[in-house]
Amino acid sequence: MADVAVAIREIVKHFSGNVVVNGVSLSIETGEFFTMLGPSGSGKTTLLRMIAGFERPDAGVIELQGRDVTHQPANVRPVNTVFQDYALFPHLSVAANVEYGLRVRRVPRAQRRERARTALEMVRLAHLGERRPGQLSGGQRQRVALARAIVNEPAVLLLDEPLGALDLKLRQEMQVELKAIQRRVGITFIYVTHDQEEAMAMSDRIAIMNDGVIEQLGTPREVYENPASPFVARFIGTSNILTRKGTTWSLRPERLHLDLEGAPPATHHREVGTLRDVVYLGMNTRFVIDLDAGEEVIVVRANAEAGRYATFDAGTRVAVGWNDVDGVALDRVVV
Amino acid sequence: MSLRSFALPRRFATAALLTPPLAWFLILYVSSLALMLITSLWSVNGFTGLIQHQLTTSNIQQVTSGAYPSIIWRTVLLAVLVTITDVVIAFPFAYVMARVATPRVAKILLAAVLLPLWASYLAKVFAWISILERGGALNWTFQHLGLPAPNLGFTNGAMWLTFTYIWLPYMIVPVYGALEKIPASLLDASGDLGASSWWTLRHVVLPLALPGLVAGSIFTFSLTLGDFVTPLLVGGANSTLLGNAIYDTLLTGGNLPLAAALALVPIVIMVGYLGFAKRLGAFEAL
Repeated sequence: MADVAVAIREIVKHFSGNVVVNGVSLSIETGEFFTMLGPSGSGKTTLLRMIAGFERPDAGVIELQGRDVTHQPANVRPVNTVFQDYALFPHLSVAANVEYGLRVRRVPRAQRRERARTALEMVRLAHLGERRPGQLSGGQRQRVALARAIVNEPAVLLLDEPLGALDLKLRQEMQVELKAIQRRVGITFIYVTHDQEEAMAMSDRIAIMNDGVIEQLGTPREVYENPASPFVARFIGTSNILTRKGTTWSLRPERLHLDLEGAPPATHHREVGTLRDVVYLGMNTRFVIDLDAGEEVIVVRANAEAGRYATFDAGTRVAVGWNDVDGVALDRVVV
Repeated sequence: MSLRSFALPRRFATAALLTPPLAWFLILYVSSLALMLITSLWSVNGFTGLIQHQLTTSNIQQVTSGAYPSIIWRTVLLAVLVTITDVVIAFPFAYVMARVATPRVAKILLAAVLLPLWASYLAKVFAWISILERGGALNWTFQHLGLPAPNLGFTNGAMWLTFTYIWLPYMIVPVYGALEKIPASLLDASGDLGASSWWTLRHVVLPLALPGLVAGSIFTFSLTLGDFVTPLLVGGANSTLLGNAIYDTLLTGGNLPLAAALALVPIVIMVGYLGFAKRLGAFEAL
């Protein structure tokens, strides 16, 4: 059995009368890339800040490597944080920023220099050690913040939306780089984001948070293929939510079959409707359909098979079909 | 349509906008300073009292000899003491305003700091006379506590207290501004990297508050260097400051060139101080 890096039990946190984190329990394994994913206000950042020690929980226990740290201040916990705004010290050079944690712990100067240089090399910024943070680009600052945290060799690295301020291209590059660095150093990463693609791309496991509770916890594949609630189904990717005969189904747009209304039925389930919109997206095409039953569904088909849908246009009468394995029953409503 | 056709009016507009402040700066400020420098190199005819326009360094020599060096020394020492005292009082006060108090309380404190600026300078000095004089509030309080009366009225200590009080808002406001600008995440980051509150104060808060401290100290230091009212009203026999020396030389002695030479002293001191502050890195955040 793997070591537990972080164990959280029944954590509750209120801010001015509002429950922000409502009885969350989870356990994170050593070396894991663990992501807390959720919309703003879901409690994910507050939970991270409680693990870091910036906030005290109103109830519950936080353990790091088996030791209860619930009442320890941030400066004695074996964790480091990469902040959303990077929080680099503007009056110190890049190298001095990276050395800061080592200086606090009175690591000898020569050793400090050496370790800071190694950390900066890892994020490919060794040549910028003399600069001030203000002279760096957003992506460079982000990497300095990472080096400053990792140089202390924490048991757990906490990352609070670290890529939020970067543009899309840089963000995607940094996702790959972050994941590579995590594999190399083997430190447990706890990553907070509201970007589900980012979470899917990097995480070993994802905790999807909503309204201060964990809606679902699982691997990226599990939470996508088997969403546990309508919220998860909608938040991770796109989902069509249909209730038929007491069962609520989550149907992924790429799992739905599309045909002309008159075509012979080839799937377990079949609904008819009118095509409202056809959106060409390069790799695939998105069809928006108003079902006669009332709901709107979205179907996405790869353009590799586009020939089949060449004549489909707004107003075309179509049939949407799916097999039992294509849908996920979210809950069974007993009438 | 070429960009050139826009360039001229735009350049013209920039020039038009810059001209008034630049003219004000050059005519009223720089030229009067230059005039003062030239005046300090003139002299006064001992018999006629008329100004002689031959250039001489005799005034400069006079400033560096006789009674003047001790007056200059006293003035600088007092200015330094007042500045240090104001820093010591203002920093924790501003820190509470910026980082501890709720926004509502911070606003009330800021109003309390700024309110005395609405009162006349003279009224405030007179208030201190009534506090510090022999039968004043301070002696009265000490006597009723069974302590010896401090008898601070009309001493250099009285000047120190009065200046410290009057210039305090000029220190609190810029320090508050600097502290308020420090993002909370920097303090979190410092703690996260293992630093105690004390270490964070020393290595993060103080360096980032330095521009505010320097700005405040420029006020407290230069305002003390040039003041001549407080020494007259609350000072004693040995309380002549540079400002009084200039005032007396000009209005009693009628020696404009010597007064100009004396007035160069605080300018030289302030230029030296600004150079020192720049080396500390106080202006890098501007």
